Formats: sequence, C-alpha cells, structure tokens
Amino acid sequence: MKLTRRDAMAMGLGATMVAMLPLRVSAGSHGAIMAFTGGAEPGEGDITLTAPEIAENGNTVPVGVSAPGAEEIIILAMGNPNPEVADFKFGPAAGASEASTRIRLAGTQDVVAVARMPDGSFIKTSQNVKVTIGGCGG
Amino acid sequence: MKKIFTATAATALAAIGAASALVAGPADIPLIIEGEEMIARAPAPDYIDGVDTIYSGWLFRSEETQALEVDDFENPAMPAVDYGLELWETADGSEGKSCASCHGDISEMAGVRTVMPKVNENGELWAMEEYINDCRVNRMGAEPWKRTKSPEMLGMTAAIGLQSRGMPMNVAIDGPAAPFWEQGRELYYTRVGQLDMSCANCHEDNYGNMIRADHLSQGQINGFPTYRLKWGGLGSIHRRFKGCMKNIRAEPYKPGGPEFTALELYVASRGNGLSVETPAVRN
Amino acid sequence: MATGVKPRVKVPKTAAAGDVITIKTLISHKMESGNRKDKDGNVIPRSIINRFTCDFNGASVIDMTMHPAISTNPYVEFKARVDASGEFKFTWYDDDGSVYEAAKSITVS
Repeated sequence: MKLTRRDAMAMGLGATMVAMLPLRVSAGSHGAIMAFTGGAEPGEGDITLTAPEIAENGNTVPVGVSAPGAEEIIILAMGNPNPEVADFKFGPAAGASEASTRIRLAGTQDVVAVARMPDGSFIKTSQNVKVTIGGCGG
Repeated sequence: MKKIFTATAATALAAIGAASALVAGPADIPLIIEGEEMIARAPAPDYIDGVDTIYSGWLFRSEETQALEVDDFENPAMPAVDYGLELWETADGSEGKSCASCHGDISEMAGVRTVMPKVNENGELWAMEEYINDCRVNRMGAEPWKRTKSPEMLGMTAAIGLQSRGMPMNVAIDGPAAPFWEQGRELYYTRVGQLDMSCANCHEDNYGNMIRADHLSQGQINGFPTYRLKWGGLGSIHRRFKGCMKNIRAEPYKPGGPEFTALELYVASRGNGLSVETPAVRN
Repeated sequence: MATGVKPRVKVPKTAAAGDVITIKTLISHKMESGNRKDKDGNVIPRSIINRFTCDFNGASVIDMTMHPAISTNPYVEFKARVDASGEFKFTWYDDDGSVYEAAKSITVS
C-alpha cells in the first residue's frame, strides 16, 4: 500500500483526534467493578459521589462517597493506570456509610463509586471529572 | 478535512468560552481562615502603576482548592509547619543552640514575614532563607540548609511565616532598599525568553483571564511558602519564579541569587497591604 | 520506617450519647505510586500506606484500603456514632511494614 502525503496527514489527524478524546477508560476498569461485585452488574440506588466538575490539578482531587446503609463502598478512577482508588468498609461504630478523601486522577475521566448493601446487592454511581492542564503546560 | 479542522477549532473555542464564563476575574467572597478574615483585596500601593486593586491569589482558585486553605486541618501544608515547629526547638551545630535558645517562643517571630525581604546591616538584600541560614552558620555553628527546596527550610519558613498570618505585608522599598527595588521592578517589566514575555504580561495585563485552563492571578507572593497541588508539597518563592521563567522558555536566574531576591522584594511590594497567608494552598 | 511520617487526627472532645460525630485524619506520607520514573528513566518503587483503620472502644468504625491513587499526605474524613465515653484508635499500615498509630479520647454525656 502506498501512502500519499494526504493519507498520512489524515491518519495523523485521526490519531490526534483520538488522543484528544476527553474520556479515558483503561482496559481493566470494568473488570475492577466486576471483581468487587463478583460479576453482578450493579444497579441504581441511593448512592452519592461528590467530586468537582473541573479539578484544578489531578494530584489532589477531593471526593466523597455516601450510600445510606451500605456495608462497603469502593471508589474507582476508570481512566487511571490502575482503576482501584479506595475501599471503605464501615464497622458497627460507624455513624454513617460515608467518607471523603483526596485522590489522584491521571486525566479527565469518570470516577465511579460502587456500594455493597446489607442484602448483598450492589449500587453504583459515577461522575465525570475534567482535569485541567496549567498555563504554559506548567 | 477543512471542515473537521473548523469543527475542532469551534469546539476548542467553545470550551475556552465556557471556562472563562465560570471564572472571570477574582472571586467576590471573603477569605476567612480559622475564623479570621484576611485582607484579600486592597487598594494598590501608589508606587504601582499597572493595577488599581491588589488581590490574593486565593480569589482566583477553584472552590475545592480554596477550601483547603481556610481550615488548618484541611491545609495539606500543616504537617510541614509541624516539622518547622519541631526544628525551632531542636538544638543543632557546635554551639548546642536551637532557634528557641535565642529567640524564645516562635510566636516572637510575628511580623517578620511581613517585612521580608529586607536589607541587612551590611547593606545586602536578604530573604528570610538567608537570615535563617546566617543564624545557623554564625550563631549555631550548624550547616546551612539548602535554601530553596529542602524540607527543613520549607518547614521553618512556613512555621515562621504562619506567626504573621493575617498581618498586612509591609516590605520597605525606600532607603537602602531603593536600589534593590528598582532592580526588581526592572526585572518585572523586562521581556525575556523565547516567548518574549515579562512578569507583567501575565500578572498585570492579564490577571483574571484564562491561560489555557489556568486562571491567571496577579502573582502575589503573600502566601509563600505555598503548598501547590502540582508540587504535592510546599515550595518557595524562588522555586515559583524559576517555574515561571521556564514556562516562558527563559533561562532562570539562580534561586537565592541577587536577581530573584530583588524580584522578590519588588513583587512583595506589589502586595503591600494584603495579609500574609502562609502557608497558602494553590493549584 | 519511612521518615517524617506524622499522623494528625481531629475528634470532638465532647458529645452527647448517640451523636454522630465527624472525624478527620491526615498523615504525612509521600505515597509514591510506583508509576513514576526518576530522571534516569528507572521506575521509582511503590511505597504507600495501604490500609487505614479506626476503632472506637474496640469496635470498628472504618477499615479503608488505600491504593496508589490516594494523594500525598492521605486525608480521610468519616463519621462515627458514640454511645459512651471512650477512645478512638487510629492505625495506618505502610507498605514497608511500619505501623503508625494515634489515639483520641472523647467524653460522652
């Protein structure tokens, strides 16, 4: 196959467009949900994920999760090299099934929270977080 | 193909527009740290021509970043301050002295941060780091700390700076400081680097605007050493200057050298009247 | 032991029986992810705190697994229910086997 200059430019542009796609999803990220649920697709429910719409820096992004009654909640960053972020197990002395922490995001992506409920079911929510790059790339 | 380019450009422009609409100019909210209101906006000193009002960099940050500075427990710089407080009490060097041996409680340092950098008795302009290392070498008989990036120096300058939190910056620009201030002003307005930019191009002409996804501040230094999310730790004024110069593809001056110290004096003077916020939190 | 690791915890000093209180914790730790390279291109080995627990009078409040995506100086905020006076115990587990501990008492009336 002979590549013309125009073809090469089109391919380059295509690659650029793919690279510019805002949503990153790493291959193992859905697997991380399945590993937690034992293969069950989590449903909808009373679960809240609090995260900024736009993070000024991916090094320190405040996130909070809450799912009344949940026994365990995990946080996943679907576009990170490893999607696992945190796993909270709530004990008998917990005041609520909620927690907040600060996380690293490798770029703009979906952050997912999955909760395990006392009846063995799983519920999930997600939020897209845009991670910005500073001025002059600095 | 042209069509695709146009569509991409339009999307990019729309994205810039949306970001600008979200954060145009400094926020119109008070900065209250641990219940104490800071002076986060003030009339510009009369020797500053380019701006009418001076604004804390805090006002240009996102809600999440702002929240990290207003509560001392949330502030990620505080473990470094704790380290500085510990060092204050720790004897070091051949004389067996700590900072506390001569200076007493660190609260005695209230006000020091507001007047730095300052001309010393030999007529040299020194930043706080130089005064600290002078004490270490000449009074304690200890090794000097690396001035710009060592955890010891950052912890100590943060702990000393915190004693002045809330007090207005008040560096001297006249008398023996005048020639240094002139040198600093010259540097501030001189275009350098491959991008041919001066400090003023961003921080005087374009504060409040977006530079890519970043909301440009006035480049005030009243919160240093500052915890930057990008650094994942505390950083000094000269480290920040160096980063700015690299961004405009210029050869940075030497941290601790006469150029950066003169620039520090001039930039500090542009913030005279703003509260010390040390240790501030920025993106 | 990693150097300079210092825990900080914030717990109300007093509460009424049955109250739900907010607890904040912070520990200084670089949380080296294992994904970064040094100037010579060599991978910097992972070194993180991988687990954090809080107990109140021997009962678990929270048991958290941390992965490398937790930021430098891990911060955790959560809620506990207190029915009687007692002591909160906080424990952080480092990859290198070190264990860091802190404790705070609360008076419940």
